[in-house]
Amino acid sequence: MSYINIPTPLRKFTDNSAKEEFKGATVIEALKSLTATYPALAPYLLDGEQIKPYIKLFKGDTDIHSLNKEQTTLEEGDTLSIIPAIAGGKI
Amino acid sequence: MMTELNELAEAAIRTHGEATYPHECCGFLFGKESENGRVIDLALEAENSQVENRERRFLVSPEDYRKAEQHAEKTGLDLLGIYHSHPDHPAIPSEHDRKEAMPFFSYIIVSVKKGAADELRSWVLDPDFQFEEELLNQ
Repeated sequence: MSYINIPTPLRKFTDNSAKEEFKGATVIEALKSLTATYPALAPYLLDGEQIKPYIKLFKGDTDIHSLNKEQTTLEEGDTLSIIPAIAGGKI
Repeated sequence: MMTELNELAEAAIRTHGEATYPHECCGFLFGKESENGRVIDLALEAENSQVENRERRFLVSPEDYRKAEQHAEKTGLDLLGIYHSHPDHPAIPSEHDRKEAMPFFSYIIVSVKKGAADELRSWVLDPDFQFEEELLNQ
């Protein structure tokens, strides 16, 4: 089985599910499959074919930015984790 | 609906804001969410991973975020939000805060004036990606 870990702030869009099985051979395909199941998630994850800048994705323990970004390949048994960027500041 | 902020959690946020002054502090908020509202009863410090401009910026590393999710899973608490400080600035979210915000989370901001924690307010992102103030029962 291959799963996407859903971070707490987005679970209200996945019926409180913390882990969803994904379909797809690449990260972008997996995200599209997830947002097809839960359309309300889409505005928080995707901007067309691009992943929103405040979202980070890890394949296992590796940031996909150090792999092939959206086109990073996924295989049976992989775990993809959605990590929201936590940042801000007064100005 | 009102959010309850436990006295110890509030004290921890204020103390952290004073300790890191004039830099911004940041951390995680844990508690329980129910149909009766939200209760925040634990504030845990995180490292401000921002390399430059820490007097006006904060950044939590993905590793620390994952640890916070794991802490919630282990303890049975909910990860309910993020806190940070605004040194010598009001406890009002900036445009930069808004652009980086996620739904659901409470964003508590403590204003720290000349090294002393002052006003503390909480904000949540609405469906139009704008912040609205969340009433706190402190």
